Amino acid sequence: MNKASARNMFIGATVIVSAIFLYMTVLSIKAMPARANTPQLTEEVAWGKKVWEKHACIDCHTLMGEGAYYAPELVNVIERRGEAYVRVVLETAAIQGWGTTRKMPQFDLSKKDIDSLVEFFKWMGKIETSNWPPNIEG
Amino acid sequence: MTYKYESQRVAFPYFVAALGLFAAQILFGIVIGIQYLAPDFLFPAIPFNIARMIHINLLVVWIIFGFMGSAYYLLPEEVEGEIYSVKLAWLHFWMFLVGGATAIVGYLFRWHDGREFLEQPFIIKVAIVIVVLMFIFNMVMTMIKGRRRTSITIVLLIGFLGLALFYLFAFFKPDNMVMDKYFWWWVVHMWVEGVWELIMAAILSFLLIKLTGVDREVAEKWLYIIIGLTFLTGIIGTGHHYYWIGTPEFWQIWGAWFSAIEVLPFVAMIAFSLRMVSLRSRKHPNGAALHWTIGTAIVSFLGAGVLGFMHTLPQINYYTHGTQMTASHGHLAFFGAYAMIVMAMASYAVPNLRRKTGEIMSQKAEIFAFWTMVISMVCIALSLTGAGVVQSYLQRVLATSYMETQSHMGIFYGMRLFFGATFTLGFIVYLYDFFLLKRATSR
Ligand code: HEM
Ligand code: HEM
Ligand SMILES: [Fe+2]
Repeated sequence: MNKASARNMFIGATVIVSAIFLYMTVLSIKAMPARANTPQLTEEVAWGKKVWEKHACIDCHTLMGEGAYYAPELVNVIERRGEAYVRVVLETAAIQGWGTTRKMPQFDLSKKDIDSLVEFFKWMGKIETSNWPPNIEG
Repeated sequence: MTYKYESQRVAFPYFVAALGLFAAQILFGIVIGIQYLAPDFLFPAIPFNIARMIHINLLVVWIIFGFMGSAYYLLPEEVEGEIYSVKLAWLHFWMFLVGGATAIVGYLFRWHDGREFLEQPFIIKVAIVIVVLMFIFNMVMTMIKGRRRTSITIVLLIGFLGLALFYLFAFFKPDNMVMDKYFWWWVVHMWVEGVWELIMAAILSFLLIKLTGVDREVAEKWLYIIIGLTFLTGIIGTGHHYYWIGTPEFWQIWGAWFSAIEVLPFVAMIAFSLRMVSLRSRKHPNGAALHWTIGTAIVSFLGAGVLGFMHTLPQINYYTHGTQMTASHGHLAFFGAYAMIVMAMASYAVPNLRRKTGEIMSQKAEIFAFWTMVISMVCIALSLTGAGVVQSYLQRVLATSYMETQSHMGIFYGMRLFFGATFTLGFIVYLYDFFLLKRATSR
């Protein structure tokens, strides 16, 4: 093989795999309403996501297995702990932080923020994640 | 003076900035490493999430500084002409440095966005795009004005264009978290397993040509094979991140097959390096640069190829996804591929850029630093692999709670911190050698 044919193979391969990849992306987006319950994505859920981002929760926790590994998985936290417990955590965090060993810092969370985060977690919990995590502990 | 082109010297501040930011990155790595063992350390002044975003953002910023510096060094020699505008190079150097520093300091005051690796506030993101476009403009103009067009510069340019293009997805923040994550990976995965590999392979080819004296035709053929394999496997390989995030299940098949062969470009880079060295006609006096160059081919293979492969199949990833296994792979892959390729270029270029001569000074200290850093990072990755295996088993198989599982992993975090300390030691020797020893002797 010489340089020119190596280059042509690079171009050819790139074009083909990109086309396949884009097609699969279209399929993935089409599947989203069903797998991610887009119709149930209310304004509250959207606000919850903004609060999640505002405090960079992802830089301690994982969400669907992505993020940092310093604190528990939260995609199924409502199922694992129950809504009441999650509310206690967030309400306490709004005042003084949470936790005994590794601690969650104090965050300025309004009542609306907390309600929205709970709705956000509930919505996240319904995403079709192909049976992940393997068990309730996340 | 051995630099052939006066404008190459603008590469020097880029390497200095890269090393400075690298040092800060390590400092914050140590901070979060300590927090894993002593959670109250610096809490609540600098909580884990803030220190972590600083650690990984500094990493990305210094690597990009290193890429730009490498490009400014190699462009004139490749195209046989001066950089189009040295002023522009200095201007976007300062813009990038000030913008980067502002972001990092801002993080300490909770001025940040909320997605991993993309924590930069909106205006900083805009500034980054402008800086990269200024750089690309300068690069393209240099290539147009130059006397020669080489494959290395073209591949490098595709790499930078891709870096800019995929970063644009950082601006897309849909309300739907599944959609958000889908395109988040178009920045992160498409960078490290796509376009950055082109930049890496181009720099590697340049270095191997310089260090072995082997004919460019041979190297450039390899270069196209490597990047062909990169895109062939890496683009659809993105699917290895689409197993469990609400995306269709066909990704489990496509992602598995294509990402499993993502090891090929890394194997090809090792084969390429060894082939070039075996063909060499002379021994280049810069042994340290050769250490870093061959080292990057080997360590990136271990970090990306081997550790990446270990958790890329859905049957395994189901248990290891988002555990310390991921952190283990992230460290060795980033270090082996991108930190080391920048260090290789610094090692080769900087002696040529220094004041009096391009003469190679004693390299004992640098080679000591090389081994210390490489061995330490391999040991960090091994410690985290141990942690990841224990975590996957206890938490994912036995359903032990997260915090209970963590309480059994202290030994591995201790080991990680210990090797983090030896890594730091090696790096201090490197910096001492770079800034004091070599500088003093090259006056
Ligand atoms: C030498 C001392 C270092 C220590 C103690 C250290 C420690 C850490 C810690 C504790 C985390 C957070 C992991 C988590 O979320 O639980 C982290 C993340 C990370 N570090 Fe380091 N680090 C060091 C050096 C480096 C170097 C040299 C690199 C790359 C060249 C690097 C790249 C990364 C990356 C890419 C992540 C994110 C990993 C992921 O998201 O999976 N670190 N580091
Ligand atoms: C130089 C190249 C590479 C770099 C710098 C790199 C870096 C990373 C980083 C930082 C992450 C963590 C992302 C996060 O924060 O969630 C990650 C995840 C991952 N990487 Fe790589 N990677 C590279 C190549 C590869 C290759 C070649 C493979 C497979 C053969 C691979 C397989 C994976 C997998 C499967 C994950 C997801 C882990 C999980 O499920 O938690 N990587 N990589
Ligand atoms: Fe990936």
